[in-house]
Amino acid sequence: MGIRRGHQARPVEWLAEKFIFLVSLTAIVMVFLIFLFVAREALPLFFGETNTALVQKPIPTADIDKLTPAQLQKYLELTPEQFAAMDKDTLKSLMDVKQEAQDEIPEEFRHDPDANINTTEWRYLLLPHQWNHYEKPEYIWQPVGQIQKYNIIPLLVGTLKTTLIGLLFAVPLSVGAAIYVSQMARPKMREIIKPTIELLSGIPSVVVGFFALLVMATVLQKIFGYQTRLNAFVAGIALGFAVIPVIFSIAEDALTSVPRAYTQAALALGASRWQTAWQIVLPAALPGVFAASVLGFGRAIGETMIVLMVCSASVMSWSIFDSARSITTTIAAEMAEAVSGGPHYRVLFMLGSLLFAATFVSNMIAGAVIQRFKLKLEGKR
Amino acid sequence: MSATTRRHFRAEKFDFSSFFFTGLTGLATLLILAILAVILGNILINGWQGFTWHFVSTIPKKNFFDINTTGVLPMIVGTTIRVFVMTIFVVPIGVITAIYLTEYAPNNSLITKFIRAAVNNLAGVPSIVFGLFGLGFFINFIGKHMDAMLQNPSAVWGQPALIWAALTLAVMTMPVVIVATEESLKAIPPGLREASLALGATKLETILRVVLPQALPGIMTGGILAVSRAAGEVAPILFTGVAYYMASLPHRVTDQFMDLGYHVFVLSTQSPNIEQTRPILYATVVVLLLLTFALNLVAIIIRARVRKKLRALG
Amino acid sequence: MPKLNPPEAKTNSPGSNTLIQIESLSLHYGESKALKNISLTLGEKVVTAFIGPSGCGKSTLLRCLNRMNDLIDNVRIEGSCKIGGHDIYSPDVDVIELRKRVGMVFQKSNPFPKSIYENVAYGLHLHGSKSKPEIAAVVEQSLRSAALWDEVKDRLHASALGLSGGQQQRLCIARAIAIKPEIILMDEPASALDPLATARIEELILELKKDFTIVIVTHNMQQAARISDQTAFFYIGELIEFDSTAKIFTNPAKKQTEDYVTGRFG
Repeated sequence: MGIRRGHQARPVEWLAEKFIFLVSLTAIVMVFLIFLFVAREALPLFFGETNTALVQKPIPTADIDKLTPAQLQKYLELTPEQFAAMDKDTLKSLMDVKQEAQDEIPEEFRHDPDANINTTEWRYLLLPHQWNHYEKPEYIWQPVGQIQKYNIIPLLVGTLKTTLIGLLFAVPLSVGAAIYVSQMARPKMREIIKPTIELLSGIPSVVVGFFALLVMATVLQKIFGYQTRLNAFVAGIALGFAVIPVIFSIAEDALTSVPRAYTQAALALGASRWQTAWQIVLPAALPGVFAASVLGFGRAIGETMIVLMVCSASVMSWSIFDSARSITTTIAAEMAEAVSGGPHYRVLFMLGSLLFAATFVSNMIAGAVIQRFKLKLEGKR
Repeated sequence: MSATTRRHFRAEKFDFSSFFFTGLTGLATLLILAILAVILGNILINGWQGFTWHFVSTIPKKNFFDINTTGVLPMIVGTTIRVFVMTIFVVPIGVITAIYLTEYAPNNSLITKFIRAAVNNLAGVPSIVFGLFGLGFFINFIGKHMDAMLQNPSAVWGQPALIWAALTLAVMTMPVVIVATEESLKAIPPGLREASLALGATKLETILRVVLPQALPGIMTGGILAVSRAAGEVAPILFTGVAYYMASLPHRVTDQFMDLGYHVFVLSTQSPNIEQTRPILYATVVVLLLLTFALNLVAIIIRARVRKKLRALG
Repeated sequence: MPKLNPPEAKTNSPGSNTLIQIESLSLHYGESKALKNISLTLGEKVVTAFIGPSGCGKSTLLRCLNRMNDLIDNVRIEGSCKIGGHDIYSPDVDVIELRKRVGMVFQKSNPFPKSIYENVAYGLHLHGSKSKPEIAAVVEQSLRSAALWDEVKDRLHASALGLSGGQQQRLCIARAIAIKPEIILMDEPASALDPLATARIEELILELKKDFTIVIVTHNMQQAARISDQTAFFYIGELIEFDSTAKIFTNPAKKQTEDYVTGRFG
């Protein structure tokens, strides 16, 4: 014995360390799984495997043996697991059902050109289309009815509208407050104000949505006198409430982390407290303030309940006083009625992937900016 | 403000820009505080009367819009249980990850950077995406496979359930626990670890006997913050377990549940007569706020105490 | 468990047996070299003082002796350091076992935020399954050896953080000797204390010398002169001179040493 004992002599220690390491990988695994499983449900859409065309040429049930299993599975819109679990009789009866469904389509649709197109193709998802009975090409999101329209542009516009209004409202307020709290206020005030503002983040978004719906919408309508009581403007302001604590907190941290030596040097040269804040501290902390706004954007774009409660109609309009439906709202409102595995379900998951990608990128950008900002400050210290 | 008065005192010339911009930023601060005060004030004033013992202890009938017979007991129970089940999963995983990051992880290795980036990203993923993930992964993948393996005649696991909602929330709140725990681990003076190691303790012994007991308040703070965040979230549970109405309280992890936040949503958007529902709605919001705010407040107090104590130690 | 040094070599006169043998030891922090080719031999049951200006590497060398430098990233060590004939940097050495034999007292007193009793018993809990009365006996004995028993015997279960700075440092010494190491490393143990508390620590060191081999790093030259048998003078990572304390302070061989001990630089 003595001191001559290798590290293998402590298996518990070794095992514990490996265990701790493995558990700590959970975060990575989860991000990966989120991406995988949200994208997975949307995948058939990307490969053009969904078909929403109302009128399809039915394959006679008698021809079942002429089809390859893959073709049959696609024709019956089954998942591989479902397909594998079914015997031939079940498949045949499914083909019968399909045939009957085609027979039952009302005559008026038989000659509707829209009934023959697959609305989940990219051009119908992204480009305007002149639907039957419409006068000009339009962007329409209308996932119910005989002919489902999945144009996502109104949703993107709705998201952008509410998010931008929210940011336009929240960024100046929170950055102003961050400057005041970190640079102007006395330390005692600071200790009270900062946690109080951060308390705002403790209000669940469903409560903010409730407040906007019941109280704010009415008050704002009286002030501005617009037509629609529930619109993108109200939703945007309410979104701002949810975003303010995020931006404030990070911007305040960035402003406070500017070394005191800078401030004191400026003050000693006779600059006023305001001049110091505006000319010395804010430029030094600008990357942090920018990152705060980017994170605020990520938060706003992903907020669900507020917009869901305040406005919901998916009209294609850039006016802030019209209603707007955001991506998150659409997913939340429609997932319950979407048939699992159907085209609507796939499109909603595709929207989810889009959202995930957008916040992933904005997080990455904000993270990198903050990292560089910290290194820069440390390097100068 | 002090800057302007001092300038004024010197009686050279009135510094207008300083006065103006200080006032402007001060106004921004005041406005934010006012928003907070108005929201909370409005809710408390309008909701206080409806917040009665009868209200919080009653299981409502199917028509919960009727003010005389309604109550929120199943919602309180549902929210509490889903959050409790969540902590069982998220606290151990979050704490162990934080321990790895502060005590074991090599500083600049790639894997450490990946873990940190993953934690940051997880914190920014929209809550509705967690909901989709819960549906796609927990219910449609794990649940369906469990049903197939157990050969259940009808879906038991492969449908929205308490357990899936709790797990979805656990994934969502992981960063909260990790960050809070890491902060408290970093605040422990390195001298204590050195003292323990110099006495011949192994790393694990040092962590279990010296580091963790010290970090306990911080870990509790993290858990409470996660709970308060999760308690108010609605989007992640929309497709993973919440029910519009249930006649009885949930008693299995595969049951669906009613939820306070979701109930607020239902009352405000599905009510046949919003004016009549208003008192119920306000009272429900008061209950939800009490739950989340009380937890937040506890976390803030513990955190302040820990910081004070650590400063005294340092 | 056997002692580190072979028992047959034991004699009674202090310092006659080699216990620590450092041979051409160099230490790098990343690119910079903190210790340059140090060779040093320390005997058993003597007090050796490491002196020198800040940043000379004396604390770094001390931390080599119980491998506390292992905890720092990017440290590279060349050469050898033998304790009782074993190279403590050879790959088959268990650092935990080493640290049981080589105790350490830090510059800043660092009692655990536990009771006084629990602080001293900590090491005992770690290293064996002694019975309660046995542990109590060792705790008392250690506290007596650290000249702290009379001050704390009535409040053994009070928090150690309630003690004064000097008491805390003596508690740390008690904690270190409770697990019966052979060597105690002290890293400027009195630098944060007032003169009175310092005097008590110094008395204690002279007392402990009977049972332990002590290596102490100090800034205070009078302290080195008062308590040590041998003194090593370091300057920018190099060992300049190593000799008996009397010789270093009265008749040093090197000019640099003389300048330092007479206060002309540093």
